[in-house]
Amino acid sequence: MRPLTLALTVILLTGATLPAFAASTEADFKAAYAAAEAANNEAGKLRNQWTTTVSALTAAKKAAEAGDFDKAVAASKHAEELAKASIYQSQEQKDGWKQMEIR
Amino acid sequence: MRLVPGSVLGSTFGIVVAALLMGAAHSAPASDTPNPAADAKAFQKFFTDKFPKVKFEDFVNGPYSMDEGLYQQWKEKEEFPPYEFALDMGKELFAKPFKNGKTFADCFPNKGIGIRQNYPTFDEKQGKVVTLELAVNQCLESNGEKPYSYTKDEMAAVTAYMAFTSRGKPFDIKIPNDPRALAAYENGKRYFYTRRGQLNFSCASCHVQSPGEHIRAEVLAPALGILNAMPIYRSEWGGMGTTSRRFTSCNSQVRGVPLKPQDDEYRDLEYYLSYVSNGLPISGPGARP
Ligand code: HEC
Repeated sequence: MRPLTLALTVILLTGATLPAFAASTEADFKAAYAAAEAANNEAGKLRNQWTTTVSALTAAKKAAEAGDFDKAVAASKHAEELAKASIYQSQEQKDGWKQMEIR
Repeated sequence: MRLVPGSVLGSTFGIVVAALLMGAAHSAPASDTPNPAADAKAFQKFFTDKFPKVKFEDFVNGPYSMDEGLYQQWKEKEEFPPYEFALDMGKELFAKPFKNGKTFADCFPNKGIGIRQNYPTFDEKQGKVVTLELAVNQCLESNGEKPYSYTKDEMAAVTAYMAFTSRGKPFDIKIPNDPRALAAYENGKRYFYTRRGQLNFSCASCHVQSPGEHIRAEVLAPALGILNAMPIYRSEWGGMGTTSRRFTSCNSQVRGVPLKPQDDEYRDLEYYLSYVSNGLPISGPGARP
């Protein structure tokens, strides 16, 4: 039941909240954002970006602009998790799509 | 009624689980040799078996074929169809000469009348699937005109008119004996069944496994005949939308970032979906709640 595991993973990841660390810096944000963006670009190559990843990236940027780097780092990490889940989904569906095919 | 992803999660999760269970139930041992004719037969049988009371030709009426009450609404709507305005505009645009004096009629077989059922077609010269929307824009561009936006307005109007002149003609999509055509068909099929977006749905999760079910106020259309009524007027859109518009909005619904209208995947998808509906009459333009 791999698709079911995936569905649950996806839902869990989405709900996940991140522990608050001590004050993040702009450099922390930049690193976290770059990682998230790279993962999202990879999802783009697989033609499977998620709108929620894009929203999290936007939220990260906004928070950083407002100087709230804790929030910006948390949103970036969330975006990276979502992007990674979308990559996993594409990989799983490379053959997994046949499960649903009408034959 | 607008389909807000957040509010739909509760009901859609039910569908996901149902979809997964059903998916497992009807997956037979996979044969990997492409066979479009066999696909189409199995596809049509799936729906006619699932909805034995729906007349074959009625599958072209999308959600209206699934629900008695809605069907009545549809009949009433057809008396004062909300796509009338687009149809008039399309007719006018279709006849209006380009700056070079030519018209759309010069770009199409049979002067563009009664040919909707042959699109998408695989163009061996271009080596790719050409949808009616793409053909319309290629016509404009080859005559030095600006292409239309793919999702609504003029594109919806011109394709509405072309569909109208083809009403009743059965889809007659051909896959020529060209490995590229078969590859495009297979690519479209894969796209149709592939889960995507954060909600982890494929097109089939909704339009194969859940047609007739409600997502909020909407009744899901069956995938059989799902393109025959395009383009459609939707109250929710406050106007007309093309196949491109429907594909991109169905992607956003599952929280997937849509591709660009007429990207390879979408044209191939349209090729697949139209092919498996071969034999069903063109009914466009359509009107939806
Ligand atoms: C979350 C469920 C869902 C998924 C997944 C989905 N759709 Fe839809 N689709 C809808 C809803 C809701 C409508 C509007 C009601 C209706 O007509 O089915 C719709 C309408 C349509 C229509 C117009 C049908 C008509 O007669 O008006 C087409 C065509 C369509 N979808 C194609 C697709 C394709 C192709 C995909 C995959 C890329 C897809 N849909 C994925 C929910 C979905």
